[in-house]
Amino acid sequence: MTGRNRWLTAYAIAGYIFLFLPIAVLILFSFNDSKRNFQWKGWTFDWYPMVFANEALIDALFVTLRVAAVAVAVSTVLGTLLGLALARRRFRGRTGTETLLLVPMVTPEIVMGLSLLVFFYQLFDSRGSFNQLALAHITFCVSYVAIVVRARAAGMDGSLEEAARDLGASAFGAFRYVTFPLILPAVISGALLAFALSFDDYVVSTFNAGVGSSTLPLYIYGKVKFGITPEINAISTIIVATTGVVILLAWRIGARRDARARATATDR
Amino acid sequence: MSADSPVAPPTIRSRAEALTSAILVVPGVAWLILFFVVPLGMIFLVSLGSRDELDRIVLTNLSFDNYLRALDPAFLPTFLNSLRYAAATTILSLLIGYPIAYWISRYGGRHKALLLVLVMLPFWTSYLIRTYAWMIILRDNGVANWALQAVGLTSEPLILLNTDFSVILGMTYGFLPFAILPLYVSIDRLDSSLIAAARDLYASGRGAFLHVTLPLTMPGIVAAMILTFIPAIGDFVTPDLLGGAQTTTIAKVIQELFLEGRDWPFGAALGFILMLITLGGTLIALRPLRREVVGA
Repeated sequence: MTGRNRWLTAYAIAGYIFLFLPIAVLILFSFNDSKRNFQWKGWTFDWYPMVFANEALIDALFVTLRVAAVAVAVSTVLGTLLGLALARRRFRGRTGTETLLLVPMVTPEIVMGLSLLVFFYQLFDSRGSFNQLALAHITFCVSYVAIVVRARAAGMDGSLEEAARDLGASAFGAFRYVTFPLILPAVISGALLAFALSFDDYVVSTFNAGVGSSTLPLYIYGKVKFGITPEINAISTIIVATTGVVILLAWRIGARRDARARATATDR
Repeated sequence: MSADSPVAPPTIRSRAEALTSAILVVPGVAWLILFFVVPLGMIFLVSLGSRDELDRIVLTNLSFDNYLRALDPAFLPTFLNSLRYAAATTILSLLIGYPIAYWISRYGGRHKALLLVLVMLPFWTSYLIRTYAWMIILRDNGVANWALQAVGLTSEPLILLNTDFSVILGMTYGFLPFAILPLYVSIDRLDSSLIAAARDLYASGRGAFLHVTLPLTMPGIVAAMILTFIPAIGDFVTPDLLGGAQTTTIAKVIQELFLEGRDWPFGAALGFILMLITLGGTLIALRPLRREVVGA
């Protein structure tokens, strides 16, 4: 290795430390034996049971999960259909559809959030509710699912579906038994992404959640504004650990599947 | 790109194909028109309105008064603040992200995929929680001040939180993965024999980088700039949590107008301007490169 490579490697390692150090500090302080959580006072696991005993927090968690479930279900269906169409079909208004998908992704979240608030307030006199929240989440998730599915479906061999049709499969049959299994990994990644976006969302939710539909990010935000508590560190650690494990698992499964696919390709 | 060359349907089935295309396209498009385009149209309409004494929205006498108010010199610092934060975040993300992306691509070897997942891992983790982590580190008696004093660099705690420094640091931290990914894609696509050729033709290492690597990875650089600038300029969470009460950005003003104050028409006008800034900037920068970003 030349001197310059060593510098670059050191730079990159420093970059990774920058990315992970704050998360490490967050996790460490969830075990801090100090109510005010300023300085390190010693180890404790007391904050974790407190998280599960906190009713407001658990309620907020369930609202978040319910919103995410609706958002994932609907946006995955809509996004998958759109992604398939863009990857494999020629139709009028294609460019317009592409633009319609991209614009929500580059729109500031705060604009999307307030526009839905204005929409619901003007048409239904609603300042926020569970349904309004779920609907808003679906809207910002659709594009992401569509882009992920489209990328996968575009790389798929179109003649497979044609072959199924030539062998007498109905359009739906060909989709059900040929296309869908092939794009399923992308559908799952799209759904995971939608879940992460919905579960994490604060900005859009702050405009569209109603009384009683406060989500976990809204709850955490409210607490964080007034100070730092070890309890928030504990719930944060639980969230970070859960997402970390899910992402690494998804990556391992994906890597193994790719390796298998390569192995079959070379066997032929 | 294969996405733009869809399989041509055989003509006999063309009618059935048209029907299935409609089934695929119409639900999603209808959803986005109803819940994205129409609401945007509505905030534009509301931004032309005014409010009565009871803070209700009045839509008679439409005018551009709210936009003129937004251009008032009193509001200029707010816009400039947002632009300054977003610009600093974009530049820092490029400076930090490019060498990392370059290193993953050139020296990552068989660990490339894992190294990329590690970059993305913080992105999948709650943005709010990551911002909160910086509050723990930066506050007066936080980890950073403890470390600085332990090393002996300062004797008194420095004020790190609620400063421009903390806002820019928090945004850069939050949006760095958005820069690294497109940079990695374009650097990894670069044919390394071109650099070898430049070196064979007696270019210095720096010359080869400036005249070969940098221009050829420009699509990735532009994509990275867009993907960090857009969320940074509209960011509300970081200026609010790491910037404190005295930091004002457009997003913070909009949020206050909608959720605390009651001047929705003016808030809608500011929101619409924010939307135009990001959309306009994106369209100009993206025009020649749209495929790069969609493919990334």
